[in-house]
Amino acid sequence: MTAPVYLGVDVGSVSTNLVLLDAHSLEVADKVYVRTQGQPIRTLQRAMAKIARKNQWQIVGVGTTGSARQLAGVILGADVVKNEITAHAVAALHVEKGVQTIIEIGGQDSKMIILRDGVVSDFAMNTVCAAGTGSFLDQQAARLGIPIQDFGRIALRSRHPVRIAGRCTVFAESDMIHKQQLGHSLADILAGLCDAMVRNYLTNVGKGKEIRPKIVFQGGVAANQGMRRAFEAALNAEVIVPRHFDVMGAIGAALLASETICREGATRFHGFEITESVYQNHSWECQDCSNQCEIVDIVKDGRIIASWGSRCGKTDSSSEYGMLGAGN
Amino acid sequence: MKITFPHMGNLYIAIEALLSELKFDLIIPPPSSKRTLTLGTKYSPETICLPLKLGVGNFLEGIELGADTGLMVGGRGPCRLGYYAALQQEILYDLGKEIEFIVLDHPKEDFVRFKSQIIPLIKAGGVKALAKGLALAWEKLVAVEKLERTAHYVRPREARPKAATQVLNRALQKLRHTNTVGGIRKLCRQECDHLRDLIDRNAQEPLKVGVVGEIYTILEPFANLDLEERLGYLGVEVLRTVSLVQWLKNNLILSSLGLYSNRWLRINARGYLHASVGGHGLESVARTVALAGQGYDGIIHILPFTCMPEIVAQCILPNVSVDYQIPVLSLVVDEHTGETGFQTRLEAFVDLLSRRGQGGLQHDSACISWS
Repeated sequence: MTAPVYLGVDVGSVSTNLVLLDAHSLEVADKVYVRTQGQPIRTLQRAMAKIARKNQWQIVGVGTTGSARQLAGVILGADVVKNEITAHAVAALHVEKGVQTIIEIGGQDSKMIILRDGVVSDFAMNTVCAAGTGSFLDQQAARLGIPIQDFGRIALRSRHPVRIAGRCTVFAESDMIHKQQLGHSLADILAGLCDAMVRNYLTNVGKGKEIRPKIVFQGGVAANQGMRRAFEAALNAEVIVPRHFDVMGAIGAALLASETICREGATRFHGFEITESVYQNHSWECQDCSNQCEIVDIVKDGRIIASWGSRCGKTDSSSEYGMLGAGN
Repeated sequence: MKITFPHMGNLYIAIEALLSELKFDLIIPPPSSKRTLTLGTKYSPETICLPLKLGVGNFLEGIELGADTGLMVGGRGPCRLGYYAALQQEILYDLGKEIEFIVLDHPKEDFVRFKSQIIPLIKAGGVKALAKGLALAWEKLVAVEKLERTAHYVRPREARPKAATQVLNRALQKLRHTNTVGGIRKLCRQECDHLRDLIDRNAQEPLKVGVVGEIYTILEPFANLDLEERLGYLGVEVLRTVSLVQWLKNNLILSSLGLYSNRWLRINARGYLHASVGGHGLESVARTVALAGQGYDGIIHILPFTCMPEIVAQCILPNVSVDYQIPVLSLVVDEHTGETGFQTRLEAFVDLLSRRGQGGLQHDSACISWS
């Protein structure tokens, strides 16, 4: 007996997350988390194989999001391909009714989404600087020789967080080293770093935004208890970390898939056979005019199934995913 | 004398018409590309804005093709553009490129210099050729903008994706080889009809978004990562608020005669900004206010990193957005050519606008929605 589920896929720079939502209750039935490691297609196939092996799910709809959403959409036969801002908002609204502010911090980017009456009214993403994203915390944890999982727990022990410059990770790092050499405790330094990251986030991404409760904190960095406490202190409000904070994008994609299926009927999912197929991506530079577009062809078992990248459109596939970014 | 000049969108078509009529040898640099950007950033000051860097790249690519004279605009005012001609010339000298510069100053700001620079141009071809060249250049500029405007209208409604862009590009190339005023007008009419034939009659009424901001980043598709096209494919009708035809009419012709004032801009921006802060800073604020009143769904504000006038506007626009209930997305462009993040922001913005347009909450018993 196989249970009907919606599949949500979030292929990001660092991790690829798959979520299965029960088609009736829309609760998370299963989730798979794998590192992307620069090979989105292979990673996706591996993650799908994990699900296929369990042999207990029937996929009735597929949604993709994340920076490789278009690629994942083509490989899987997605019913909806959506940007991650919308996907995160949909997921947060689903798990936390009445949310008005979403703080999302991932490996490479951070965003803030403002909602009013259940609709996105404003959003911001980090622009010119990656300070305050997961990668920096990862790097500092490694430098201090502590596992990233323990970062938050240690930071919570702090009684007097030290002041660390948050504007730029280069300044932050030299400040941290300085404080460490003066003999401040590890807990105080880590807590100080959390405060600095939060200050940086609020002044850059949150600039000019009206932050109202409920506030939901999601993305990989939400695992860090120290960051959550720093946000609560800075905002003077409760910050909710949802149970599945690390796969909210994928949950959003699955919810959007369920919405699309309700409207359009049958899924376009290619089936679990995709784990067996051989995919190649082949890129070339078109020389037909001075634009010299970089074209990418996605080849499945020797046949081009999608192509994108041309400005004039002549090499684009007829597939609905072929357009610039596949809006939908 | 072999003249080259920096690109700004399709402006080269008008410059080509004028200078070839004056019998100058003209070297049109290749369209701005990643190579142009690489060359430009390598030799430009780090914190200067993208228009200068791409301009340096264009000059270097023009010089490679044999150019010995550069054509550039001058000017005064709070925006740094006014001294870019001098700066670019210095950069090129330092690289050992012995290139002469013709700098076109605003006649009102420095008439003597303007005269001294315009005289060699007149001498080259005679007054009659200059008059004809100016007429052709003007007609072509008008035609280019009309074609582009039509493409903005057609893209979100077209039956076959990217068809309008293909027709537009072919029309622009035909326009380059048409050299009578009558011919230009006829071609423009025909091609606009041709573009409108691409409309799918059953297409939904698209969202309408106004693009405000710094003139170069609005007009140069390489700098704005094809912003207008991307929006078109996402089903958005774009209104480009910057028009060179209008700008030349207002700031060159009327203002030289003392007939133009920016009064309507100041009236629209009242309460937010009371003075010209250079570039298009005041325009960005005033246009946003004006478009909010005209039923536009949203505004995209585009600026190069470190652009002072537009940073002023960027800080004011969130207030306009709240007061007039119109979403505004500010996009800062710089050297990054990573398109994914750019596309994500545009898609999310278009989602925001369309969900808003639907009244936001859609309750359907079987389907989940946003709340």
